[in-house]
Amino acid sequence: MKKKLTQFTAYFIIWLLLTWSLHFQEVMVGIVVALIATALTRDLFPDEMIKFLNPVRLLWAIFYILYLIFYIILANFDVAYRVLNPSLPIAPGIVKVKTGLKSELAKTFLANSITLTPGTLTVEVVEDNYYIHWIYISTEDPKRQKQIIIDRFEWILRRIFE
Amino acid sequence: MSNPVAIFLITVGVIFDLLGCLGLIRLPDVYNRLQAATKSVTLGTCMILFGTFLEFGFTSGGIKALICLIFVLLTSPTAAHALARGSHISGFKLWEGSKMDKLEEDKGK
Repeated sequence: MKKKLTQFTAYFIIWLLLTWSLHFQEVMVGIVVALIATALTRDLFPDEMIKFLNPVRLLWAIFYILYLIFYIILANFDVAYRVLNPSLPIAPGIVKVKTGLKSELAKTFLANSITLTPGTLTVEVVEDNYYIHWIYISTEDPKRQKQIIIDRFEWILRRIFE
Repeated sequence: MSNPVAIFLITVGVIFDLLGCLGLIRLPDVYNRLQAATKSVTLGTCMILFGTFLEFGFTSGGIKALICLIFVLLTSPTAAHALARGSHISGFKLWEGSKMDKLEEDKGK
């Protein structure tokens, strides 16, 4: 019940933002649409989303978004440097790193964050192992690779989801 | 266009999009190209959408731009992941200058 209510509220807020009007008719249609969407996506909506109702987790999530934006900007300068450099400084390959995260949603966020940060792209996730395409492999040591790719996000995600 | 910050954001966004396209042409294989395309195009498009939001403010159009920004930020890395995974499963080889392919090594196990 709590999950359905969260889901309904989230959909209804998105509807209100999209229509950007508090007219009676818009709100009525919004309630109907949100109810239908709630019924249809019952299985798709992850159970763990409810965790965001906790204010401490929400604050960490907001911090995480700002932290991620910083790395996304860094990633873009990295791409710009590699693409504009006449000698094309790349040494690509697929590396394997292991995460300590247990929650499925946290793993999804980690995979997406890895894709948006400098030089790395998640190709495949098998249980705890991430196969990551790295545009410039600077070290062959798996421990050091984990430190560079995963550690900067793992500690925050652990606070948000676990 | 009246807001100078909006003009600046949109200009920089277009430049990043352009760099992403340049990466698509210059880099050697599908995985490297996805790297350039995903990162630059995500930030570039997000900056253009945020600039649009600043220009239109809290109106119907501005809020829609803001919602699109969130969806682009969530879906673009997922799409890149799906494309890279699909390419690898259907047997696209890495560029010959690549250093290692741990996924190919683990496939047989």
